[in-house]
Amino acid sequence: MDALDQLKSKYLDGIAQAPDEAALEDLRLAALGKKGEISLKMRELGGMSPEERQTTGAALNLLKTEIDAALRAKKEALADAALDARLKGEWLDITLPGRPRPHGTIHPVSQVMDEVTAIFADMGFAVAEGPQIESDWYNFDALNIAPEHPARQEHDTFFMARAEGDNRPPHVLRTHTSPVQIRAMQERGAPVRVIAPGRVYRMDMDQTHAPMFHQVEGMAIGRDISMANLKWTLEEFCKAFFEVPDVELRFRASHFPFTEPSAEVDIRCSWAGGQLKIGEGDSWLEILGSGMMQPKVLQAGGIDPTQWQGFAFGMGIDRIAMLKYGIPDLRAFFESDLRWLRHYGFAALDLPTVFGGLSK
Amino acid sequence: MKFTLSWLKDHLDTTATLAEIADTLTDLGLEVEEVVDPAAKLAPFTLAKVLHAEKHPDADRLRVCKVLTDEGEKTIVCGAPNAREGITVVLAKPGDYVPGIDVTLGVGKIRGIESMGMMCSERELELSEEHNGIIELPSGEVGEKFTDWLAENRPEAIDPVIDISITPNRPDALGVRGIARDLAARGLGVLKPLEIEAVPGGFPSPVRPVIDPALKARGCPVFAGRLIRGVTNGESPDWLKQRLEAIGLRPISALVDITNFFTYDLNRPLHVFDAAKVKGDLSIRFAREGEEIVALDGKTYALHPTMMVIADDNGVESIAGIMGGEASGCTAETTDVFLESAYWDPITIAAAGRALKITSDARYRFERGVDPAFTLDGLELATQMVLDLCGGEASDVVVDGAIPDTSRAYRLDPARVISLVGMDIPEAEQRRTLTALGFTFTGDMAHVPSWRPDVLGEADLVEEVARIASLTKLKGIPMPRETSGVPGVILSPMQVREKTARRTIAALGYNECVTYSFIDAASAALFGGGAEATRIENPISSEMTHMRPDLLPGLLQAAARNQARGFADLALFEVGPAFAGGEPGEQALQATGLLVGASAPRDPWGSRRSVDVYDAKADAEAVLAAIGAPARVQINRKLDAWWHPGRAGNIALGPNVLATFGEVHPKVLREMGVKGPAVAFTIRLENAPFPKVKTPTRPALVLSDLHAVERDFAFVVDTTVEAMTAVNAAHGADKALIAGVSVFDQFTGPKAEEQMGAGKKSLALSVRLQPKDKTLTDAEIEAVSAKIIDKVSKATGGTLRK
Repeated sequence: MDALDQLKSKYLDGIAQAPDEAALEDLRLAALGKKGEISLKMRELGGMSPEERQTTGAALNLLKTEIDAALRAKKEALADAALDARLKGEWLDITLPGRPRPHGTIHPVSQVMDEVTAIFADMGFAVAEGPQIESDWYNFDALNIAPEHPARQEHDTFFMARAEGDNRPPHVLRTHTSPVQIRAMQERGAPVRVIAPGRVYRMDMDQTHAPMFHQVEGMAIGRDISMANLKWTLEEFCKAFFEVPDVELRFRASHFPFTEPSAEVDIRCSWAGGQLKIGEGDSWLEILGSGMMQPKVLQAGGIDPTQWQGFAFGMGIDRIAMLKYGIPDLRAFFESDLRWLRHYGFAALDLPTVFGGLSK
Repeated sequence: MKFTLSWLKDHLDTTATLAEIADTLTDLGLEVEEVVDPAAKLAPFTLAKVLHAEKHPDADRLRVCKVLTDEGEKTIVCGAPNAREGITVVLAKPGDYVPGIDVTLGVGKIRGIESMGMMCSERELELSEEHNGIIELPSGEVGEKFTDWLAENRPEAIDPVIDISITPNRPDALGVRGIARDLAARGLGVLKPLEIEAVPGGFPSPVRPVIDPALKARGCPVFAGRLIRGVTNGESPDWLKQRLEAIGLRPISALVDITNFFTYDLNRPLHVFDAAKVKGDLSIRFAREGEEIVALDGKTYALHPTMMVIADDNGVESIAGIMGGEASGCTAETTDVFLESAYWDPITIAAAGRALKITSDARYRFERGVDPAFTLDGLELATQMVLDLCGGEASDVVVDGAIPDTSRAYRLDPARVISLVGMDIPEAEQRRTLTALGFTFTGDMAHVPSWRPDVLGEADLVEEVARIASLTKLKGIPMPRETSGVPGVILSPMQVREKTARRTIAALGYNECVTYSFIDAASAALFGGGAEATRIENPISSEMTHMRPDLLPGLLQAAARNQARGFADLALFEVGPAFAGGEPGEQALQATGLLVGASAPRDPWGSRRSVDVYDAKADAEAVLAAIGAPARVQINRKLDAWWHPGRAGNIALGPNVLATFGEVHPKVLREMGVKGPAVAFTIRLENAPFPKVKTPTRPALVLSDLHAVERDFAFVVDTTVEAMTAVNAAHGADKALIAGVSVFDQFTGPKAEEQMGAGKKSLALSVRLQPKDKTLTDAEIEAVSAKIIDKVSKATGGTLRK
C-alpha cells in the first residue's frame, strides 16, 4: 500500500502549495480526471481478485474523497484570499453623510390634542366638533351669557361683518369651545360624554396672548354625575397627561355663566430651578375652569335638567402643551419658524397612546 | 377690589389670621390677587432705650450711644440729631434687613468705634417720609416687638392690604361688608350689625329730583337725595384718608372722600352736587341729541339719547351712575351740598359706560348691580357722616320713584345639592349657609337677599351652599365608563382621516404649521377669498382682516418669513379649516403641503435639485392613498387662479376635486414675497368618498405561476400629448392580458425635436403581460403588441418610434 500513501502525500502536498485556481485544476485533472492517476488505478480494480478488489477499492475511494476535500478546501481558501485582497482595495469614507431623508414634524398643538384625545377616549369620551364661525346664540345665549352680561364684553369677541340689510346679530368667531357642548347635546342627547378640541379666537395680543389659540372642552351628562366625578376625571386626566404617578388638584369656587357651581382648578406644582414639576411642591398653577352644567345650558341643548345633570370643563391646549413641554412663548406657536417647528415638533410616528405612553 | 384688614374688621368680628382670611377668600371664590402686609417687613425690629449718648471722639455729628436692648447693653453709633439719653427707639440689629435703605445690617465700625446695629427713622422703615431723626416712641418696653407696639398704638401703619378679583356675578362683594358676610357664612367670624338711624331733616330740600317717565320703569326706578347746608368741605380726618390711600385712592375733600368710602365700604355709590351751582330741580332723563358734559375727569363727553343724565336748568350736571360733572362738583368753597343716592339699571349703565369709554368705580358697580333696597339706608348713613365730618344741617329726604321689587324665592332641594356637588352636606348646614348669606326661608323656599342679583334659580342656591362648604374639600369620586369591556371606536371616520393625513404628510418630510385662520385682504383675494361675508368686523390688525379661503396663503407667508431668516428650502404643511363664507359650517377641512427651494441639502451624492410639480403630485397621491381615496381618478386642468396654468392639475372623480397639486402661480409667489421654485398640494379631505361597504376582509389574492412578459414601446407624439392618454390606450388594448402599463421614459426638448421633428417628443411605455392559463407564444405577444401600437397611435395621433 506504499504506492497509495505516496500518491496521497504527493497530491495533498501539491494542493497545499498550489498558488492559484489554475494549478489546483491541473492537480485535480492529474489525480481525479478521466485519465488521472487515481481514476486509472480504479480501472485496475477489475483485474483483481474479489478480496484484493475489496481492500484496494476501499482504500482508493478513501484517497479519492480525501483529495477531493482537500481540493475544495484549498479552492475556498484561495477564493477567500482573493476576496480579501479585493476588499482591501474597496475602502470608502464611511463618515460621509448618508443620502438625505427629509424629517417632518407634528406641531405640538396637534400632538397634545392627540394626547388629550387618547386619554379621554380611554375614559369613554367621544370627540365632538363644531364650526369656528358661530352664531351668537351658540356662542353666548345658549350658554347663559345674556347680551348685556358683562362676561359677554369681557370675552373680547371677534364679530363677522354683516351685509347691509341683514339684521341678524352678527356671527362671531367662537370665543371658546363651549358652543360645541350645545351642538353635542343636540346631536347626541343624554347620556353623553364628549371632548371637543379646537381653535378659538379672542381679541387679545400681547406677550402671553394670541388672537387665536386652542381649547379642549369636556362634558359628561348622566343621571347622577357630580362635581366629585368631575374632580376625579380631571385628576385622572392630569396624572395621565403630565405622566406623573400622583397629582393634587384644588378646586376654587369661581363663576362662569354656563356652570353652577363653578370652579377654577389649580394643580400642585413646584418651580424649583425654573423647572415646572407637577404633583409636588408648594405652588398652585391654574390650569382650567369647570363646573356643573347650568340647567339653562342643558335646556338649550334640548336636555331636561330635572332628569339629567352633568359637568363641563374647558382647558387651554396650547397652555398645557407649554407646561408639559417647557415651551415659553404662546405666540411662537403660530409663527411657523422652522427652527421652532423642528425643536418643539414631534416625529410623525410618535402617535400618543395610553397603552404605549404619551411621550417618549 | 382692595381693602385693608382693619376695614374688614369694622364689619367682621374675627380672630382669624391674615393668612387664614386670605386662603378662605380664595376658596370662597373671592380670589386673592395680592396681600401686602407691612408688618412682615417690620417683624425683626424691637424697642430699645438710649441709656447714654455722647459725641463721637472723632466726628462732630455722630453720637456714641449706650442702648439697652433685649440682648443687653450695646454700643450704637448714630448720626441722628435727636439721639439722646432717655428716648425709646426702634432697633435694627446686625443681620436685620432694613427696607427703606435696602440694606442687611452688619456689625459696622464707624470712625474706629464698633456699632452693634442702628436706630431707625420712619423713612428707613418705610412708615413715612420722615427722616429728620430717629423714631422716638412715647411708650413701649425694651425688647417689645415694634409691630406689637404699632398694632397697639398706630394700627393703620401695619394694616395689611388685600386685593381680590371679583367675578362679574358678585356685585355684593364690591363692598367690604359683602366680603365680611361671605367670611362670616364660612364661620371665620361674626358679621357685625349695621346700625342705620334716620337723620331727621330740619327743612325742606330746595332741590328736588324729578324722574322722566321714560326712565322710571327701568333706567332709574328710584332717586333719593337731600340738601345739607352749612358744611365745611375741608380735608378728611386721618382715618378716612388712610383708608382711601391704603386702597390706592387719592383723598380729595371730605365730601368726595365720603362718597368714595361708601362706594367701597357698602357698595353704595353716591354723588355730591355743590347745591350753589345747581339751578332749579334735578331732572333725571335721557340725554338729548347734541348735549355734552365736562365730567369730573376734566374731559368733555358727547352724550347720546340712550344715556341717562341728571340735569338742571343749566343743562347736564352728571352722567347718571357713571361720573359727575365738573360744573356742579364740590370744592373747598362748597357750603351747601346735595347728596344723591339712586338706583340705576345695570344694562343701561353698561352700554353708556362702554360707549363713553369711562371706567369709574360707580359705573363698575352699577353695571354689575348694587343693592336697590339699600338706596335710602345708604343716604341716611352718608348724611350722618357728612354731618359728623363737615358739620351742617340736613334737609328732609326727597325721593322720586320707588325701590324696585326684586323679591323672589327658589326651592332648596337638599338631596339635589348633595347629588350635584358629590359632597355630603347636611340639610341643616345648607339652610344655615344660606341664612348666613342673607337668604330667608319660608318652608323650603329660599328668599333671595336684595343684594344678590345673580341668584336666579335653584342652581344658584347649590352654588352658594357648595362655595361656603368649600370646594377645596371636595374629594374625587370615580366615574367608570358607561360600558364595561373593550371600548368601541371613539373617533369618527373623518377625525381618523384628518389624523392620518397629518401624520402621513409629516412622514413625507413636511413640518406642520398652525397658522392663523385670518389673513390680510390682499392675500385672501389672491386665493379667491376676501368677500365681505368673510370679513371680520373688528380685526386685531390689518394683517388679520378676513377668514382664510385656503391654507396656502398662510403657508406662503410662513415660507416668506423663513426665507427672510435664511431658510431657503422648506417643506411646510397645515391641516385645518378654510372658510368659503361667513356662515357657521361654511368651512372645509384642507391638508396643504408646500415645498419651496431644493429637494435636499447639497451633498456629495448630488441629491439636491429644485422641487417640481412631480414632487407635489407624488405627495398628494401618497396622502390620498393613506386616507383611502379611490385609486382610479382623473387628472384635469380646471384650476383655481393661484396655480400655474400649465404646471398644475386636479385629482378628481368627475366634478369632485379631491386634490390639487402643482406649481404656485409665479405672480402669486411674487405678490407674497416668496422666492421660488414653490410647489404645493391641497387635499380637500372631506371630498374623498368613504368606502360604501366597510369590511376588514381583503379581496382574494390571485397569483399566477406563469411568468409575466414585459414589452417596451416608444412612441413619437406631439409635445402636448399627455402620458395618461397613452397609458389608458395601452391598457385598453387587452384588458385581460395587460396587468400594468408604466411610463419609463420621456424624451423632450430641442434634441428630441431635432431627431423627431418640431413639436414632437418621445414617450416610452413598459407593458406587463400576465398570462392566466398558458405561456404566451411569440405570435400571441406579437398580436397584443400590434394592438397596443394601434390603440396608442390612434389615441395620441403618434407613431411607434423606429
